[in-house]
Amino acid sequence: MGKVATREAYGNALAQYGSDERIVVLDADLSKSTKTDTFKKVYPERHFNMGIAEADMMCVAAGLATCGKIVFASTFAIFASERACEQIRNSICYPKLNVKICATHAGLTVGEDGASHQCLEDLAVMRALPNMTVISTCDEIETNRAIKAAIDYNGPVYIRLGRLGVEAVHGEDFKFEIGKGVQVRDGSDVTLVATGLMVQESLKAADILAEKGISARVVDIHTIKPIDKDLLVKCAKETGLIVTVEEHNIAGGLGGAVCEVLSENYPCKVKMIGVQEKFGKSGTPAALLEKYGLTAQQIADKVIAAKA
Amino acid sequence: MDKLRLLELQKQATIIRKYIIDEVFSANSGHPGGSLSCTDIFTTLYFEEMRVDPKNPKWADRDRFVLSKGHCAPALYATLACKGFFPEADLNTFRRIDSYLEGHPSMNYVPGCDMSTGSLGQGISTAVGMALAGKIDKKDYRVYSILGDGELEEGLVWEAAMSAAHYKLDNLCAFVDYNGLQIDGKITDVMNPESISDKFRAFGWNVIDTDGHDIEGLKAAMELAKRMKGKPTMVVCHCHKGHGVSFMEDNYGWHGKAPNQEQRDQAIAELDAKLAEIEAEIAKVKEA
Repeated sequence: MGKVATREAYGNALAQYGSDERIVVLDADLSKSTKTDTFKKVYPERHFNMGIAEADMMCVAAGLATCGKIVFASTFAIFASERACEQIRNSICYPKLNVKICATHAGLTVGEDGASHQCLEDLAVMRALPNMTVISTCDEIETNRAIKAAIDYNGPVYIRLGRLGVEAVHGEDFKFEIGKGVQVRDGSDVTLVATGLMVQESLKAADILAEKGISARVVDIHTIKPIDKDLLVKCAKETGLIVTVEEHNIAGGLGGAVCEVLSENYPCKVKMIGVQEKFGKSGTPAALLEKYGLTAQQIADKVIAAKA
Repeated sequence: MDKLRLLELQKQATIIRKYIIDEVFSANSGHPGGSLSCTDIFTTLYFEEMRVDPKNPKWADRDRFVLSKGHCAPALYATLACKGFFPEADLNTFRRIDSYLEGHPSMNYVPGCDMSTGSLGQGISTAVGMALAGKIDKKDYRVYSILGDGELEEGLVWEAAMSAAHYKLDNLCAFVDYNGLQIDGKITDVMNPESISDKFRAFGWNVIDTDGHDIEGLKAAMELAKRMKGKPTMVVCHCHKGHGVSFMEDNYGWHGKAPNQEQRDQAIAELDAKLAEIEAEIAKVKEA
C-alpha cells in the first residue's frame, strides 16, 4: 500500500464529509499545502482564504461558530498553535466554540524548510488550554475517522497533522473514539506509548526488540487530551516500564501527559523519547529523525538501555 | 428623529450612565471612563437600531453585537439590563465571585452577550466571522461592534479590517470610540493610531465621522451604513472619555479606577440633575 500523508487524508475527509452545510473551511494562504483545497474544489462557496493572517483566521472562525457553523481552520502547526495561541485561548476555548484547528506540517518531518517551520511545542501549548481537545493522528484511516469524530463533537479541537507520506497502521474497520487509546501490538515487557508518526516507528522498534527477546506492547495515543488514563494505568500494571515516543519537544507533550496520569495513579518508571529541548533544522525527514534520535533502531536502543 | 424620541433616548443614556457609576462603585474596580464615553453609541444601537428580542437572546435572525473594547463591560451590562435581558438589580453584582457579570463579558454567562471579549483586537475579528456567516446563510441580520481608539494599536484590528473589506461585508458596522485617551495617556503620545478615518478608508471601508454623543448623528450614520453596498462601515465617533461626569471627563486617570463614596455621590448627583433637566424638557414637549 502506498504512503499517504495525514494532511492529505484530512483534505480528503473534508471533501468526503463536506456535504454537511454547517461546515466552513478557512485557510491562511496555504490551502495547497494543508490540503483544504481538496474541499475547496467540491465546495468553493464554503472555503475562505483569510490570507497570511492567522490571528484573524482564528477569531473569524470563532465568529462563524457563534452562528452555528462547524469551522475548520487550517495552517501550519507553528502558526496555528503558537502565533495565534492567544486568539485560540480567548476567542475559541474560553467561549467553547465549535472550531476545529487542523494544523499540518507538525514535527521535524516538515524537512528542508527547517527550524522556523518545524513545530515541536504544539501539543504542550494546546494541551494547556481548558476546553481544548487535542488529537494527533498517525495514518490515513485514523485521520479520516478523527475528522468525522471532530465534526460530531461540539467544541474546540486541535488536530495535529504531518506533511510526510506515512504507512498505514489501521485497517478500514478501525473504530475511533475521542479519548480512547488503541493497543496496536501486544507485549509484556514494556509498553511503547506513541503518537503520530512515532506509532509506525515504535511498531518497527518492537520488531527489533522482539529479536532481542524483549516483548514490547505498542499503544497509539491519538487523543493527547483527554488522555486514556485507564489504558495507561493498565499498561503500567501489566508491563512495568512505559516508554513514550513523540515527534515533539520533551516538555509538556505526550510524555508529560502520560507522566501526569501515571505519577498520580500508578507511579512507575517512564522513559520519555522525543526532541530534547532543541529546535529543528533543515534536512530530509529521514536524516532529521536520525539526528534527533527518533528512528526505530534508536528507539529500540533506548528501550534496551532503560530496561537494563 | 422627533424631539420627544430624542429626549427619551437621552434620558435612557443618562440612566445607563448612572448604572455604570454604580456598577464600578459597587465592584470597587472597573472601567468608568471608556464606558461613559461609548454610552450614547450603546443607547442608539439597542434602543433605536438593533433587532433583538430580550425574551429570545439566541434568536438566530437577531442583529449581533460584539464589544471589542471588552473592558467597557459596565456599559454593555447596563444597556442589556435596561433593555430587559436580565434584572437591573443584578448590575451591582458586577465583578463578584458569585456573579455572571465578569470583569470582561462572557457570552456563556450573560444573556444578550454575543461574544466573549476582553483581549483587544479580537472582538472586531470575531464580528467579521459573524458577518461572513450572515453572507453565507443569506440572512439579513447586521453585525455591530465597538472598538476603542487605543485598541487600534493592535495589529489584529487591521487584519480584520482587511478581511471585512475583502469579503465585502456591508452587513458589518463598527464604531471607534475616539476619545483620544488610553491607560498611559493620550493616544497620540502613547502610540499614535491617527489618522483613524484615513486608515480605514485606505483599507477599503466606508468611513463616517460623527460626534459620538450626538444620538441623531449616530442614528444617521447607522442608516448610511445600511445603505452602503459592498463595503463595511466604520463610524469614527468623536467622544469624550468619562462623558456626563464633570470630574471624569477627558481625564485618563479614570480609565480603570473606581470612584470612592464621595465621588460616586457627586457623579450620581450630576447625572440626576441631567435627568431632571431632560424630564422637564420632555414635559414641555408633551405640553406643546
